[in-house]
Amino acid sequence: MPTSFPKLGLRTWIVVLLIVILAVAFILSLTLGSVHIPPEQVLRILTGGEPDKASWTDVIFKFRLPKAVTAMFVGAALAVSGLQMQTLFRNPLADPFILGVSSGASLGVALVVLGTGAGGVSAYITGLNVFGDLSLAVAASLGAGSVLGAVLIVSRRVQNTITLLILGLMFGYLTNAVVSLLIYFSQPERVQAFSLWAAGSFGGVTWNQMRVFSPVILSGLVISYVMIKPLNALLLGDEYARSLGLNVRRARFWIILSASLLAGVSTAFCGPVWFVGVAVPHVARSLLNTADHRALLPASMLMGSSFALVADVIAQSPGSQYVLPLNVIMSLFGVPIILWVILRQKQLRQSFAS
Amino acid sequence: MLSSTSLSIGYHQPLASGLNLQLRPAELVCLIGPNGAGKSTLLRTLAGMQSPLKGSVKIDEVDLHSMPALELAKQLAIVLTGRIEAGNLSAYALVTLGRHPYTDWRGNLTPRDEEAVQHAMRLTGSDVLASRPIHELSDGERQRVMIARALAQEPKILLLDEPTAFLDLPRRVELLQLLKRLSRDTNCAILLSTHDLDLALRIADKLWLLSSHGELHIGLPEELALNGSLARIFHSEGIEFDHASGAFKVHQPTCGPISLHGDKDGVATAWTWRALERIGYEVHDNGARHPVHVDVLDSGHWLLTTPKGKSEHTTLESLIETLSSKST
Repeated sequence: MPTSFPKLGLRTWIVVLLIVILAVAFILSLTLGSVHIPPEQVLRILTGGEPDKASWTDVIFKFRLPKAVTAMFVGAALAVSGLQMQTLFRNPLADPFILGVSSGASLGVALVVLGTGAGGVSAYITGLNVFGDLSLAVAASLGAGSVLGAVLIVSRRVQNTITLLILGLMFGYLTNAVVSLLIYFSQPERVQAFSLWAAGSFGGVTWNQMRVFSPVILSGLVISYVMIKPLNALLLGDEYARSLGLNVRRARFWIILSASLLAGVSTAFCGPVWFVGVAVPHVARSLLNTADHRALLPASMLMGSSFALVADVIAQSPGSQYVLPLNVIMSLFGVPIILWVILRQKQLRQSFAS
Repeated sequence: MLSSTSLSIGYHQPLASGLNLQLRPAELVCLIGPNGAGKSTLLRTLAGMQSPLKGSVKIDEVDLHSMPALELAKQLAIVLTGRIEAGNLSAYALVTLGRHPYTDWRGNLTPRDEEAVQHAMRLTGSDVLASRPIHELSDGERQRVMIARALAQEPKILLLDEPTAFLDLPRRVELLQLLKRLSRDTNCAILLSTHDLDLALRIADKLWLLSSHGELHIGLPEELALNGSLARIFHSEGIEFDHASGAFKVHQPTCGPISLHGDKDGVATAWTWRALERIGYEVHDNGARHPVHVDVLDSGHWLLTTPKGKSEHTTLESLIETLSSKST
């Protein structure tokens, strides 16, 4: 047999490489910050040893470790969620929030921060760490959850996937209008508190909240892993997928459930974190040069985590007391990288034109 | 074997009804008909992608529309019209998608699956394209890969919706020859819709001729031509079909009759005939001499006789030019 057939799936050395990058980013994010803690000290603290300065243990365990773990979870969640949405809608611009989950979350938060009476609200505004307050996460979860529920109900009924896309977009416009209206009638300090939430941050998730946060993300990731085969079948569109024996409606339900859980919980605890979800899948596709989700999904997960960690390190502006808005950093540093990767490949159009 | 009994197809209004169809193993059937007659609807109904309005479709006595989707996917495969765009996907990766009904929950290929994929690619001659990305392939190559993908499902029945639509003439001939060979080699029943009547007449084992009034004529291509079904259906669409030549009449005669007497092998005569028809003559070769007459000489020359005199021409072009200037 003269012709050689290519090997498919994810190669081991890529996985190893991505894990090494992630590990470096992880150590980096624990090392850098307002105080510099040398890597060997970080390792000593993590393994239960005594660092040179006792206060460093607190810095690591109370602040940097939960933040780094959150960043890894959210990065993985949003990258996977974005990948699923891009495949489901066969659209390169699809992101985790395309079905309106983050709009729902921001409506929930806006109603709490901007809409409630004088009373308890001052707590959110005066408290330095707005995100520490669980009620924001609850409001965002309720908002995201109700949109998710609505989308799932609709997805079981409509035949055409594009209908869902349009509904999601319309819902986004609607909530933006309501949020704008609330902002228009709110006091400046409340508006600032809201925009602080909208800027995104990994710093607000406490170990206690992690008990809710991490199981939901993990279950979203597990569902996405089970949906690898249906996602591959959907590469050629709904009709071919159906002819391959896939129950498209059921697959769509689970894909949307997983993607929205991941996006919704991320937004609820960290605010809407843009960019990871739309960019990382493209980078994975370009670098791995494949459309096979058996490779793309784990790769996106690892790359998303690394990307979120690095973005967070930069946002902390190491050595200074300033903390820059996460979304600003993501775009400022991420856009050039992604443009380079994608323009180098010139395949974006072919990946999705239908 | 795919069969239907008193099948009605359509969306709300039936496009065609009372269809009793049979598609046998190793048979290549071409579905012909004008646009809007319901060719795609019929294919989609037979593929189980659309419910029939009435009647049923069966594969080996099992109702197709109540068969579990995964079971159906192992029996029947489709190639849809339109270009497939799935970037970053190699031809090989695309063909492996056809193994979906057979693979485990993660879609991992067993050696048996890989063998089936490679076999399908070799059968369609797409094995040489295996590592090429889909978006770099020509339309003809892509169509081969899509057929390989369908064959990887190891179906008993293969349905193709206008597989030749985007192809140039040599590719169309090649594709139909490929399908013909596949029907023999794999024992698969193949049904394709097409607008290429000429090719279909030459290559199909059977024609299904769907008129815009929803009548379906089934038969050998030659039989449908002989009994006038082809001419009748296309007449109602406003096109004349010539029994004798098995082709459409494209030209309306405007220049009156001309008689033609040919050379030995007839090839030059046939092309001269076409040229004369094209410029508007009604050509006869039944021996009677009309006032305007052309002899095709063995030397590759043409002798033109008109009431005004004779002239000899060394090229077809000069003959046609002389005739055209005469008629104007």
